[in-house]
Amino acid sequence: MLAFAIRRLIQAVGVMLVVALISFLLFRFVGDPVNQLVGVDTTPEQRAQLRQDLGLNDPVYAQFGRFVGKAARFDFGISYQIKQPVADLIASRLPATLELSLVSAVFALLVGLPMGVYTGLYPQTLLSRLFLALSLTGISLPTFLIGILLIFIFSVNLGWLPSFGRGEVVTIGGFWTTGLLTRSGLSSLILPAITLGLFQMTLIMRLVRGEMLEVLRTDYIKFARARGLSSRAINFGHALKNTLVPVITITGLQIGSIIAFSIITETVFQWPGMGLLFLQAVQNVDIPIMAAYLLLIAFLFTIINFIVDLLYVAVDPRIRIGGAGA
Amino acid sequence: MTATLSVRNLRVEIPTRHGVLTAIDDLSFDIAPGEVLGVVGESGAGKSITGSAIIGLLDPPGRIAGGEILLGGERIDNLAPPAMRRVRGKRIGMIFQDPLTSLNPLYRVGDQLTQTILTHEKMTARAALDKAERLLVEVGIPAAGARLSSYPHQFSGGMRQRVVIALALAADPELVVADEPTTALDVSVQAQVISLLKRLCKDRGASVMLITHDMGVIAETADRVCVLYAGRLAEIGKVRDVVKHPQHPYTHGLMTAIPSLKGDPDARLEQIPGSMPRLGAIPEGCAFNPRCGFRFERCRAERPAAYPTSRSEASCFLLDAAGAAPPPETAAAARAAGIEVRAGAPTGADA
Repeated sequence: MLAFAIRRLIQAVGVMLVVALISFLLFRFVGDPVNQLVGVDTTPEQRAQLRQDLGLNDPVYAQFGRFVGKAARFDFGISYQIKQPVADLIASRLPATLELSLVSAVFALLVGLPMGVYTGLYPQTLLSRLFLALSLTGISLPTFLIGILLIFIFSVNLGWLPSFGRGEVVTIGGFWTTGLLTRSGLSSLILPAITLGLFQMTLIMRLVRGEMLEVLRTDYIKFARARGLSSRAINFGHALKNTLVPVITITGLQIGSIIAFSIITETVFQWPGMGLLFLQAVQNVDIPIMAAYLLLIAFLFTIINFIVDLLYVAVDPRIRIGGAGA
Repeated sequence: MTATLSVRNLRVEIPTRHGVLTAIDDLSFDIAPGEVLGVVGESGAGKSITGSAIIGLLDPPGRIAGGEILLGGERIDNLAPPAMRRVRGKRIGMIFQDPLTSLNPLYRVGDQLTQTILTHEKMTARAALDKAERLLVEVGIPAAGARLSSYPHQFSGGMRQRVVIALALAADPELVVADEPTTALDVSVQAQVISLLKRLCKDRGASVMLITHDMGVIAETADRVCVLYAGRLAEIGKVRDVVKHPQHPYTHGLMTAIPSLKGDPDARLEQIPGSMPRLGAIPEGCAFNPRCGFRFERCRAERPAAYPTSRSEASCFLLDAAGAAPPPETAAAARAAGIEVRAGAPTGADA
């Protein structure tokens, strides 16, 4: 088990280095950083001095080593546009995005999983057909349209929920801002979380449904029935547990995607998170922010995948043996 | 004495888009207490469906459309689902064909056993665990206590089938339906598993319905055998009688198709011409008539009932003492094959 975890950890470090290389190359190939920093009236001498100061004349591997070393200490340089340390900018935006992502992931799981189990157990009922039809909408409608529709209905027409922003936030521990503790923060969270989580919810529902239909046909479920076990024990013990491995994989990957692609939702709802920051950075060719964002997202993906791998082992004993033996 | 299992005129239908198929048609048989009844037939003859119908687990849309199933004299085919659930496992144990897929891969063997035991019997978890260990010892699993915490994939195929047998017997059922219990196993462990199953059921006084297409297994294990053809009973009787003196032309064909160790090694194997009809295209009259070497007019028009002979019962008009006689040459050929032709007997054809 420990060997398994360590091996996965080493792989994760490898992945991070490759991503670091890619974001480092961003600096070198997307325009000359010196041009981005200085004005038009800078003399060639000043430019050369700046180039020397920034270490741009060093060999490439030395520059890369320095980049990795700094990144490991969360030092991603200064934003070209905003002239503040990138690490601080991201730290101020990270809580908003993570909170939105986690809430929508929890929403997707808590709603999608039971719906999937239900439609898998009773595929013929009217409610199942309704769920399936709704899920088709969830999968086929683009996120921004769902967001705008929700705003139109619940903010503009009904006036129940705010249409933009995070509402009031509370600062915890000096750096983490949360909207979960105030009324306006919570009500601001509802629409964006649904918008962001709807696609994942329908995906999880359809996945669980498909897996349930598959598992319910297996011999061990038939044998469990033949032994007279209760429907509850069969459906929620024997069947559901066997559907979990693919569900965990997809959910893990989807949490990563939720964080990475919250950009659209954050734009629609003017949510002050990383996605909005990244979008502004792209418009202004603010490479330090883009590079840091890339690294951060890759880091989150790697962490999630690592947790997913450990969860597999907890759920399926066959992986334990295979992993330790291979 | 009341039969452990009594199947009366069972009819199983499967509605499909192309009409209703009759998978089991007017099938009747009894299993006496402690008896092992072998059920044989080709693939699609309805062996497994009969087993599923008895335990109430027909795959939808299949349904019991007629007849009765009695367990210890009580009807079980019309029980409500919760009542039927208490019959399954507790009074009828079932063993499936493939031990590799019969066990849930994510649960320890001990947990699957104790869960089954606790579903049917009131006892403490500790007592259930003790019973689970005793069961594993009984089915011959070495180091049973330690193996309780193993997962199914840590057992070999033969060992897994032993675990499956332990699970089927966990609540001491009075009837065990074994659906091809050895087909998926290595030949070398087949005999062990079958004799284990037979011994455990004998110790418990449980009856066994042994579904298989392996006549060798039947000959060694069963007391009586029931031969199915296209969802209908062809012949039923003591194994010895049916094997040595088959009375139905189909059974006769099956027996002559088994190669003999004593015969000429170069002789061609006998075979029955044609193949069993699909459920949607069962011929009029006797289902076997297009392939039968002894058919006569009546076979194409009417369906035979099961007629008694001196040894077994078989569904063939040749055996109907009250029926019309077949042409003399057909009767002579059938007699030469060992069939006790009785049709037209009062007029002296049997003399």
